[in-house]
Amino acid sequence: MRAAVILFPGSNRESDVVRALAKAAGRKPALVFHAEHELPQGTDLVVLPGGFAYGDYLRCGAIAARSPIMDAVRAYAAQGGRVLGICNGFQILCESGLLPGVLMRNSNLRFACRMQHLRVERDDTPFTSRYRRNQVIKVAIAHGEGNYTADAETIARLEGEGRVAFRYCDAKGVLGAANPNGSVNDIAGIYSESCNVLGLMPHPENLVDSLVGGTDGRAMFESLVAS
Amino acid sequence: MKAHVVVTLKNGLLDPQGKAIEGALKSLDLAGIENVRQGKIFEVELATEDRAKAQDLLKRACEKLLANTIVENYRIEFS
Repeated sequence: MRAAVILFPGSNRESDVVRALAKAAGRKPALVFHAEHELPQGTDLVVLPGGFAYGDYLRCGAIAARSPIMDAVRAYAAQGGRVLGICNGFQILCESGLLPGVLMRNSNLRFACRMQHLRVERDDTPFTSRYRRNQVIKVAIAHGEGNYTADAETIARLEGEGRVAFRYCDAKGVLGAANPNGSVNDIAGIYSESCNVLGLMPHPENLVDSLVGGTDGRAMFESLVAS
Repeated sequence: MKAHVVVTLKNGLLDPQGKAIEGALKSLDLAGIENVRQGKIFEVELATEDRAKAQDLLKRACEKLLANTIVENYRIEFS
């Protein structure tokens, strides 16, 4: 797999993504600077990593979403290319119009930094084929603006088209019991219309090694390699 | 010429920062404060002196970057 990880000023989780991808794919992804206008030839996955691009100035992800490389990412996604946005990357995807909705300040005003259970909503996408539907996984969250919201029509469309990728839940998979940020319908991640773009607040890339607390994130990268 | 762009959260959306500020103000015994919502102001200097052109330019600036129109309203004011 030839993955490209985009580097913005203020990205800080790119090395975790590089490690997770290298482990799953057996080769290191390319690092692509935000000021570039093109993705490397033959790219088959783009990852927008977590961090605080441009210091979260204006709105989280707002300035990064207007950087030159994002035009290339938009064109790539329009042709069906796979794009994964994690945490700040999810915020950038929303701001760039690649995913609908917006990530608001956590409703309790607290930065949420802890382990979190998620329910895998579907297992028939390039990102989740190595999971089982309704599987409960435990991954890390670390965000202050993860409160996903959109207008009622958009939420109804996302739900109707099965575009919710992950929901926050408790250890038993119960929804509504462990929402860390107030997001609508416990949404932790969503897909684009044809499921080639995924944005999620949690960090699967941090849970790929049993030495650091779990391996529930590994299946996402293995799914991407396999598909 | 100079202009102010005021960006505010749309009505009905939870504004946790505004709520926290409201709570702090109330704790200061400032009687009569009922509701606080937080927004942003941008002071912009423009090359043109033409009000209509400035209005059009700033509208595009708001739509492209300054406001996220999913959750925010904006208004343009000239001083």
